[in-house]
Amino acid sequence: MSADTTGTTTRTPGVRDGLDTDAARPDGTPKVTGAFAFSSDLYAQQMLWGRTLRSPHAAARIVSIDTSAAEAMPGVAAVLTAPDVPGKATYGLEHADQPVFASDVVRYQGEAVAVVAAEHPELALRAVRAIEVVYAVTAPLTDPEAAIDAPPIHPDGNVFRHLPLRHGDIHATGEVVVEGTYEMGMQDQAFLGPESGLAIPSEDGGVELYMSTQWLHVDRDQVAACLALPAEQVRMTLAGVGGAFGAREDVSLQVHVSLLALRTNRPVKMLYSREESFHGHVHRHPAKMWFRHHADRDGTLVKVEARLVLDGGAYASSSTAVIANAVCFAGGPYRVPNAEIHGYAVRTNNPPCGAMRGFGVVQACFGHEAQMDRLAEALGMDPVELRLHNALRPGDELLTGQVITGTAPVREVIEAAVAHDLPPLPVDGESVMALPGGAGLTAERRDVRRGTGIAVSIKNLMFSEGFDDYSTAGVKLELDPRGRPIATVHCACAEVGQGFVTLAQQITRTALGVEQVLLRNADTQIGSAGSTSASRQTWMSGGAVQLACEAVQERLFERASVRSGVAVEAGRRRHFRMRDGEVVEVDGTFAMSVAELLAEGPIEEIREHHHPATEPLDEDGQGNAHVSFAFAAHRATVDVDPELGLVKVLQVATGQDIGRALNPRAVVGQIEGWIAQGVGLAVMEEILVQDGLIKNPSFTDYLIPTALDMPSVVQTVIEQPEPGAPFGAKGVGEPPTISSTPAVVAAIRAATGRELPRVPVRPQDIALT
Amino acid sequence: MPISRPTDLAGALEVLAEVPTADVLAGGTDAMVEISFDHRRPEHVVALRRIDALREHRVSPAVLELGATITYMQIETELAEHAPGLAMASRTVGSPQIRNAGTIGGNLGTASPAGDTLPWLLAMDAEVELTSAARGTRHLPLAAFITGPKRTAREADELITSVRVPRVEGPQHTAKIGPRNAMVISVACVAVIVDTTNRVVRIGMGSVGPGPLRATDAEAAVSEAIDWEALRCPEAAIGAFGRACAEAARPITDHRSTAEYRRHAVGVLAARSLRRCLNA
Repeated sequence: MSADTTGTTTRTPGVRDGLDTDAARPDGTPKVTGAFAFSSDLYAQQMLWGRTLRSPHAAARIVSIDTSAAEAMPGVAAVLTAPDVPGKATYGLEHADQPVFASDVVRYQGEAVAVVAAEHPELALRAVRAIEVVYAVTAPLTDPEAAIDAPPIHPDGNVFRHLPLRHGDIHATGEVVVEGTYEMGMQDQAFLGPESGLAIPSEDGGVELYMSTQWLHVDRDQVAACLALPAEQVRMTLAGVGGAFGAREDVSLQVHVSLLALRTNRPVKMLYSREESFHGHVHRHPAKMWFRHHADRDGTLVKVEARLVLDGGAYASSSTAVIANAVCFAGGPYRVPNAEIHGYAVRTNNPPCGAMRGFGVVQACFGHEAQMDRLAEALGMDPVELRLHNALRPGDELLTGQVITGTAPVREVIEAAVAHDLPPLPVDGESVMALPGGAGLTAERRDVRRGTGIAVSIKNLMFSEGFDDYSTAGVKLELDPRGRPIATVHCACAEVGQGFVTLAQQITRTALGVEQVLLRNADTQIGSAGSTSASRQTWMSGGAVQLACEAVQERLFERASVRSGVAVEAGRRRHFRMRDGEVVEVDGTFAMSVAELLAEGPIEEIREHHHPATEPLDEDGQGNAHVSFAFAAHRATVDVDPELGLVKVLQVATGQDIGRALNPRAVVGQIEGWIAQGVGLAVMEEILVQDGLIKNPSFTDYLIPTALDMPSVVQTVIEQPEPGAPFGAKGVGEPPTISSTPAVVAAIRAATGRELPRVPVRPQDIALT
Repeated sequence: MPISRPTDLAGALEVLAEVPTADVLAGGTDAMVEISFDHRRPEHVVALRRIDALREHRVSPAVLELGATITYMQIETELAEHAPGLAMASRTVGSPQIRNAGTIGGNLGTASPAGDTLPWLLAMDAEVELTSAARGTRHLPLAAFITGPKRTAREADELITSVRVPRVEGPQHTAKIGPRNAMVISVACVAVIVDTTNRVVRIGMGSVGPGPLRATDAEAAVSEAIDWEALRCPEAAIGAFGRACAEAARPITDHRSTAEYRRHAVGVLAARSLRRCLNA
């Protein structure tokens, strides 16, 4: 690991658990011991239980809804349907096209039709069953390709977005051309804590909502609109989040539970079952992708052509942004002078799809990396060499015409990934668990072949296309009852496991030289922090905490200037600095402890942090649409039993561009966790949808990797501080999942010689082709 | 909902006689999943955990008898010597927590086409013991006990009390395919016993039919081909055995796999398992 200590922060040596340390998570021990309260543990006196009635059909007209039997049941406090929504009838992350309750048609299996509140969850379930809905079932539109021209199944049409991208000379051709069609199934975020929340009516007619979510303020605004309440009357507090990965960006039960609380004037809790959860949140877009790559004989890429069709399911969610990512990065982390890409995100009667870690780039990367391997084969070139030859460098242009002004260590991540030792060769007496099939005792070593593959990715950080996804943080510095300085940080950033709670403490400790740092609950009593997604919170909310700390520091220096008699009107930072819990004069002798400076009262500052403005894409998909980019390379080694099609992923070696490791242990955790999700997509994770209906809404049949399926991970982080990024750090959460999937599939191809154009790779794809 | 917790067999049978609609709870690894999915709403539960007699096993020179509430973990550890193939099958069930709770009687009672112990029990000509207060004890061959997917010949007032298998000499191997390396429901599985006592090869196949299947033609042909003195078999006969087993399968396509793959896989597993038994 290279260590670079240049950054934009003020470093204060001697503070325990500051930046660049493996500071422990404040919620680590409670989570491990079971003491941490997740949103499913919420409880209030006199609490009712809410439950949702969902459509069993993928497409149907609603002929009638009769709630009278349910309403008459003892213990049932409310039954609500579409006419009971006082405000806006629809909601949505980017386009409000999803009804709070379906009233005339249902467009996917699991769409909400009614909710009930009852004294007991079992009563709520019985009440839901007592609601009589007469449906006239219609033929579901399930083929995304057909949906483009099919009669619209929603007033807003079937194409959420057609994004063309034309770059350079679209008629250019290369001496070597390879073409391929690729497909990705529907992956689920598979968080462990199902959707849950508690709404408590407040005296002013508003509602307090405790919710596990990724973005409090965007939830609040949607809830307020549907409730016809001013935003300030919807007060949201983050409840313990049991994983998110994109699936909590959209509203699930937020509006429903708030409606029930206001109607009954009692606290109402909702908690989805696992099966309901599979129907109750968006998934990763399934994709069908065609690519044609042109290159010169020396391997220099000339042009990329692609047509990407992403199935957004019944409602828009974040489809328009997901397809933009897929299109913008369809060329991968390579210099591509010419391109013509067409991306479509379309509406069908399949389950709605939206945000999931990697956000559109996962799909594109599976295609472009398979293409790079095909191209290498056509050229008779080593796949690593081909990638190094075309690797993006700082100053290069992306397909969008945007020039990379920050760091772009693509060559470095590739070289780091392949520099790791390969996993050891099999030894006599190895555990059966080392073989594909594991405990099933299906294979002996002689049945197994080994393969290795590589893949490389680029991911944009923060929101794109002109969106100002700022963050807000407040820092208060005061003396505790024992006279020691204590800092309190307030930020609406949703902690979903990524470690912002640790980082906020580390930043504050280092910036202000205080060891005691408290975190207030994330809530809407302060301004928005933006979403915990797009690898953005370290940069955006970390930056907001940094700015607030600097503002507090400035006030300390102001006090120091008064106390020292060093009269300074502006530029105090040139005259004072922090050192070991003291403010000291830079070129003088004055020194005073922070505690003493705080004796005259606390200091509190709130700051917003905005990233540099970006632009929308023009009609040719050109423009400076993105803030910053992170790169990763993965080399996977697999053992495959070709006759049975079973795979054991042995090792994933990675090099990742992270800017700077603010908490090295947290970086390791993020990289390993994401590789688990990438491996899952490669060989097992898929929501099976037939005629619009989910066939495996359970963890019995939606398989995610167990510890036995997890490869060993060897990692090298490349630390080149990113200009303009707080502390020079890039988000680390998404890149590991993007190229680990194509790397694993490339390794299986190498072991078996199969084409494997589709993920997840199923045993029959290997054994029967 | 009433829950009966009898401490002896008679007590359990009495409740079942009075409330034939009662659900029997052993390890709960199937029942609780069905309840939490709301596929089953018990009106009365008879819990068997307090009946020590059902957790015992007996080994005689000719027969191994397993009490109904013996867990997978017990089979995997305590009974591996007497029933190696069954121990291998038990090791493939769920997680350690599931194997500590789930029972062989539960596997029989659920009678899932994917039941992990069923192919071995079928191959071994196991007999299921059913007991009721009214009619006492009866024994059914496993093939007669399982009447279809998740359907058995158990009467509502009967309890599965034990299962017994003849003891035979010779190597055994059990193999199971799932799309991940642990904690997975079978896509195809086999139990192969090279029974040197009776000089026959026995095979049971799972997840490739409405219940566990034998491949009797395949068994007969390969039993002929084996040199029982040297315990060797020509490779061609092993290959033919695999193909014949695949032929005998009656797989379906569902969300876990395709009929085509299951047929292919069960043939591969059959041949490989026989090879492993013969050290070929």
